[in-house]
Amino acid sequence: MPITINGSPVPIPSDPRVSLLDLLREELHLSGTKKGCNQGACGACTVLVDGERIVSCLALAVQYDGRKVTTIEGLADGNGLHPLQAAFIEHDGFQCGYCTPGQICSAVAMAGEIARGMPSHVTGELDSGTITLTRDEVRERMSGNLCRCGAHNGIVDAILEVYGTADARVLEAAE
Amino acid sequence: MKAVEDAKQAVQGAASAVMAKAVQMAPDSWMPGGKPDPLIRAQHGHVGRPISRVDGPVKVQGAAPYAAEFPLDGMLYAALVFSTIAKGKITALDTDAAEAATGVKLVMTYRNAPRMKPMPLFMTSEKACGGNDLPVMQDAQVYWNGEPVALVLADTQEQADHAASLIHVAFEEEHAITALAEAKAKGVEPGQFMGQPLKFENGAAEQALADAAHKVDQRYTTPRHSHNAIELHAVAVAWEGDRLRVHDATQMVAHSAWSLGHVFGIAEDQVHVTSPFVGGGFGGKGLWQHQVLAAAAAKLAGRPVRLMLSREGVYRIVGGRTITEQRVALGADAEGRFDALIHTGTTAMSHHNVLPEPFILPARSAYATKTMKLDVEVAYLDMVANTFMRAPGEAVGTFALESAIDELAHDMGVDPIELRLRNEPDKDPTTGAPFSSREVEKAFRDGAERFGWANRQAPGTRREGEWLIGTGVATATYPYYRMPGGAARITLTPNGAAIDIAAHDMGMGTATAQTQVAADRLGLDMAQVTFNYGDSTLPGVVMAGGSQQTAAIGASVMAAHRALVTELLKLAGNDSPLAGLDADEVVGVNGGLAKIDDASAHESYASILARAQRNELVVEAEPPSPLETTHWSMHSHGAMFCEVRVNAVTGELRVSRFLGSFDCGRILNPKTAASQFRGGIIMGLGLALMEETQYDERSGRIMNPSLAEYHVPVHMDVPEIEVMWTDIPDPHAPMGARGVGEIGITGVAAAVANAVFNATGKRVRDLPITLDKLL
Repeated sequence: MPITINGSPVPIPSDPRVSLLDLLREELHLSGTKKGCNQGACGACTVLVDGERIVSCLALAVQYDGRKVTTIEGLADGNGLHPLQAAFIEHDGFQCGYCTPGQICSAVAMAGEIARGMPSHVTGELDSGTITLTRDEVRERMSGNLCRCGAHNGIVDAILEVYGTADARVLEAAE
Repeated sequence: MKAVEDAKQAVQGAASAVMAKAVQMAPDSWMPGGKPDPLIRAQHGHVGRPISRVDGPVKVQGAAPYAAEFPLDGMLYAALVFSTIAKGKITALDTDAAEAATGVKLVMTYRNAPRMKPMPLFMTSEKACGGNDLPVMQDAQVYWNGEPVALVLADTQEQADHAASLIHVAFEEEHAITALAEAKAKGVEPGQFMGQPLKFENGAAEQALADAAHKVDQRYTTPRHSHNAIELHAVAVAWEGDRLRVHDATQMVAHSAWSLGHVFGIAEDQVHVTSPFVGGGFGGKGLWQHQVLAAAAAKLAGRPVRLMLSREGVYRIVGGRTITEQRVALGADAEGRFDALIHTGTTAMSHHNVLPEPFILPARSAYATKTMKLDVEVAYLDMVANTFMRAPGEAVGTFALESAIDELAHDMGVDPIELRLRNEPDKDPTTGAPFSSREVEKAFRDGAERFGWANRQAPGTRREGEWLIGTGVATATYPYYRMPGGAARITLTPNGAAIDIAAHDMGMGTATAQTQVAADRLGLDMAQVTFNYGDSTLPGVVMAGGSQQTAAIGASVMAAHRALVTELLKLAGNDSPLAGLDADEVVGVNGGLAKIDDASAHESYASILARAQRNELVVEAEPPSPLETTHWSMHSHGAMFCEVRVNAVTGELRVSRFLGSFDCGRILNPKTAASQFRGGIIMGLGLALMEETQYDERSGRIMNPSLAEYHVPVHMDVPEIEVMWTDIPDPHAPMGARGVGEIGITGVAAAVANAVFNATGKRVRDLPITLDKLL
């Protein structure tokens, strides 16, 4: 079975060493997904697999046979911007832009995790059934995505603008 | 030879001192910036508005191409093998298995690498930018632990990486100096920075210190740091005959083209370097051995090559900020006025680079003092060449100086802001030059009010549960630089204009801010202005460094604009409403030129060009030499306020609030400038709390070459950071603006350390302030 990448079927690579990241960047020229460390430490290569976030540098492409992968290039409907992409521009949630696709993909999946009630280290009430997307929840949950330019405040502002007041239904739809 | 060199330097030093004095004495009107930039008066244009980045849409869509994202026809992938010793010789190179591995097209070592000159060392001539001046894979000698000793080219990255792992290298080690104590014992040398000695003495500072009513005398230490831009250093190269095409991640395209030409024995215009997007630089994205090796391998293989360093590779071959040991001693009279300011110490560097971390720079201009002694000494290590990293000198120098001032204030029982303001100088303390603009007091007063500084309590007295809370303050400072070499081209058409300059936007917002500026200067909408940069074939030699691009580009475009207006007035002729006016009497407005004080005397560019039967007008010009930086003392300042919470049980340290109050001249774009300030502050929080490139003093090897083991601030470490600014234009800077890229990192570590003292009563003088130091 092929891998479905941004809605299009892609055959799995013949070399089993090829990471999902290198498949995207080198074979498909989907270079929006970035390589910042190639060892799972920076989050720049974050993509969505069946709606969940993974670091694609630590994923062998052959493992994703039959799965649905969404990259930054496939996030928006049509040619416009995803609401989070627009919010990143408005809040200046980046400078050099290199960690940005990973931050955005990560945040989209994070919103889904909140909607599913997955707690984090800073979640207070674990039995209330719902989790409020506070600034601290965003900071904690986004800490796997490094930014060296120091756009952290703008990133959190952008995420809160798009998902902060959304109810669980909207967050689910973000997946 | 040493005596001759010393004599030569002394003569040059004396000559430049005489020249500096002459420039200082000359009338203001002779200076660049002697007459304020007319744009300073314009208050209703694009400048000063919080406009979103012009490259925002492509960046958030992942559509901006960085250096490793230009696929070239027939391109091979490269992988490197690094030395594992600090000094010695390669005695055996077993490359057979690698050469036989699938997909491998070339294994390059010193045995088959083409003959090349060493890189011309950064700052040794106008366009030289090599990070070191060592032979690049030319012989069996090893100069540092991590030096590239072999390169593999293969059809895929996987094949290249695997083949590199099959190469075995044997070394014969020689004794290397890798421990600072041994290096110091072998003797230190005076530090030099940009041709000037890092030494200054005024009066008998040690005696004044001994006699002072109040004094502190302390030692502060800072470790190595790595830039850690998230984009890995990458280059794609292709030879087209004897022309070299380079897709690079660099903050110096024109310098790189010239320097690579020098290495390969070709002219600079045979090398074409482009760098449209750079995924963070911070001083680290210069010319290192990987670009040279990629070009050499491409030449041998006859194929284009891409070399993207691994994260470990970046640590192995790209230097960072080096280690410092600093002494700061302050002597003050009964009122707190400084009798003595002593800032001395030692830094380590390699024999093959030019930057002794110049940590005394802040002390040269920050405070009035009766006597002063500044000195940086250098100890030499066999290590990867260290280099410039965001605010070299100021970032770590302010940690020591501003901590010491806090210590003195505490000892005297004086508010640390008041102590600083009592020592505000009325002219530059070392050069005697007048300040171009200095609003330090306003930055402190405004910042203190917004931060709530008045609520500060005595050290160790504020506690919420397990958490001790404290606040601290420090001065931030960074000079205004404008380096020689600027030039810009303006192409004016009936519908708009293009600005061409070999400058850079690595995320600072250069393209956005300069589009705003050019639009206002020309009287056009932003949509009518294109700002082209990041290409060595464009005019100018403008490095993205020293926070100088705002001024360097600003002055270059001003010069080109004046040439454009002069030419347009000629073309306009006698039938124009502008007839008889000269360049000083008109401004760009509403898509054309108008008389400054009579908007009705206006003619559009389209009309002028049409009457002259021209489709476009192209002008190029260079700005005058940057004499303003000698004539005036030009510095930005900031007041940095920090609140920390320290866990009394675990020692865990969290920065809970931070405010930066800046005086950087006019702010061109509040949105992008705020991001620059915050970005600097956040890198400063890393410097304060966690960052350290760990270096094994036995082997000279970096031990944490990874983003998993070198910790940078993550979202959870970064509070909401408030920034504010005076927005008072510097009358002698283009647009009234001084650069904002580096000042943010300065003063941060001291503000944090001073807050930690206020919270806990513990004074940490060794960075980073990790929890073991608070228990």
